[in-house]
Amino acid sequence: MKRFNSLDFDPNHTAEFVLEVTDLKKWFSVRRSIFKKLMRTPPRFTKAVDGVSFKLERGEILGLIGESGSGKSTLARTAIALEKSDEGKILYFGQDLDDLGPIGLRELRRSLQMIFQDPFTSLNPKMTVKQALVEVGKVHKELGKNDEGTAFLSELFRLTGLSSDLSLRKPRELSGGQRQRVAIARALAVRPKVIIADEIVSALDVSIQAQILNLLIDLRNELNLSMLFISHDLAVVSQVADRVAIMYMGRVVEEGKTHDVFSSPQHPYTRALLNAHLEPSVIHREKNSTEMTDTPLNLPVSGGCNFKNRCIYAKHECGLVDPILRQISPNEPAHQVACQVMPFLNSSKN
Amino acid sequence: MVSSNDRRTEELLRIEDLVVSFPKENMEIAVLNSINLSVGQGEIVGIVGESGSGKSIACRSIIGLIPKPGRVSSGKIMFKGKNILGINKAEERILRSTQIGMIFQDPTSSLNPVFTIGDELVKTLVNSGTSSKNHAVQKSIELLERVGLQNPSERIFMYPHELSGGQRQRVMIALALACKPSLLIADEPTTSLDVTIQLQILDLLLNLRKETGMSILFVSHDMGVISRMCDKVAVMYGGYIVEFATTDSILRFPQHPYTKALISAVPKLTLDTQRVRLSTILGEPPKSSNLPSGCPFGPRCTSRQTSCSDLSMKLELVSGVHFSACPVERSL
Repeated sequence: MKRFNSLDFDPNHTAEFVLEVTDLKKWFSVRRSIFKKLMRTPPRFTKAVDGVSFKLERGEILGLIGESGSGKSTLARTAIALEKSDEGKILYFGQDLDDLGPIGLRELRRSLQMIFQDPFTSLNPKMTVKQALVEVGKVHKELGKNDEGTAFLSELFRLTGLSSDLSLRKPRELSGGQRQRVAIARALAVRPKVIIADEIVSALDVSIQAQILNLLIDLRNELNLSMLFISHDLAVVSQVADRVAIMYMGRVVEEGKTHDVFSSPQHPYTRALLNAHLEPSVIHREKNSTEMTDTPLNLPVSGGCNFKNRCIYAKHECGLVDPILRQISPNEPAHQVACQVMPFLNSSKN
Repeated sequence: MVSSNDRRTEELLRIEDLVVSFPKENMEIAVLNSINLSVGQGEIVGIVGESGSGKSIACRSIIGLIPKPGRVSSGKIMFKGKNILGINKAEERILRSTQIGMIFQDPTSSLNPVFTIGDELVKTLVNSGTSSKNHAVQKSIELLERVGLQNPSERIFMYPHELSGGQRQRVMIALALACKPSLLIADEPTTSLDVTIQLQILDLLLNLRKETGMSILFVSHDMGVISRMCDKVAVMYGGYIVEFATTDSILRFPQHPYTKALISAVPKLTLDTQRVRLSTILGEPPKSSNLPSGCPFGPRCTSRQTSCSDLSMKLELVSGVHFSACPVERSL
């Protein structure tokens, strides 16, 4: 029997947002040597996630873009309570994550599933596809104790486009694309409402990448899933996401509708990313070189904008004040940028 | 962009009918099937393909780095007019230390963690006979300066872990350049780097080519990177080169169905709010132990005909410098 108490997670809550993160912080302390401890050197922290806020609507795909070390994966892991946050509030369907006990958290994880970059390490090498999926079904009571799960499996196979003769294979007998489909099937097995996809196509070959991206969009449309889609690849994100957030060193520097951000990027970092993006076309052969500076102002590292020492447009005030996300144009209500200088504000549009 | 057409280029490297195979249960599994490729002086030639297409083996075979128990079954690799496949260890060593440099995907695992950057560079310079011990340090600093590393005189005392990924790749390039090679082999040199750093490294390689006139054999899975870098491209699939042409020609008029599919499967940056489905290639790339007969792309190809299963996969001239192994598309 399922036990319910006040701390249980109730996914049918009629909240406006499925996921609401406010001012989330996750700092990791940097290990100090014994000498430094004895010398009472103050501890240092890596600010992996440093005050990030975002909201995920029902049925929406939010793309989170960032380079390695920008904190995008830590943000995802913290948002689903795989890591404990240091500060900030996380609401799922209006319920605070901190108020949920262990049982509530377990209930929460039914409606919230994560898919990782490398399906090979996230699947048990000794289990067949069938065993892996049926186990999840049983643990989360989608299946009864003695249920063979035939209908359950065929539904999952249909959703993810897997052929049913793969059901007795083990992960090593599958190709990369098939493995990723199994990982997606396993996530779908518990009928989640929210999916967090962390770089799920970056380990795949181009021809397979497109198949998996199409599958994700189909699943969103069929099951009305909400999705946090994490990737470093601008083109991939532009193909799937309704909204995007660009992260740089633990902070969101620009956020808005996919079209708005990519058609009129405002933050110098977003511009640099777009400029560095290469596509197989003749135009990309004659592109300008990088939009980043080789001769930084060498502003003090702490304080102010994180991008200041790579930015071409940096001024001295960039090292003084922390930039906050603000709306830039009444025509684009969701488009927010965290930059003091905003060198493109009047030049790019119109 | 200097196109190789406007210059008479002298041939530096020519691979002729190269077959590389791995023994498996009394069988020889061919991972490269009769590869033909030529690199001119000062040219950047790209090899593009998905994982398992044989692109890395192709470039590694040039400097004898085929992982054991693989071996060259037949064919020739002509470097400056001399077959370098039959040479002995000593000659190979001289060749590697003075003529051909190589950079790899992962600079972290190619640098020795217990040596400083300076140690590595000085050792390379002295052992290759490029520089005397007295001048090696000064020479190292110059090399690091040339690859765009800031404060080189301080950086030579640093260990690899103290540098970022992009900086480590710059050090690798400096090491490869130490012996003034006439050919640089770059095996996915920017795959593990962030996009903004990737562009810097690519531009560095382009500039170095301009300065030194060296040739680069550039291997990548990323059609976007290839189109930025290369003068000519070879497209590989299932151990075969299926198409070879100038980059412009490949991008504008791809001939082989695989090349067409590969280019259109790359997700493009789109501003459309109305989503179109990405074009995909059905199925999975073949394993070299289980290649279909004839054209390896046959089972996934949309313009497949019955004759495709006994195709010899010979590259035939389409126009100018454009070769394709698909007779079906040519006859259309």
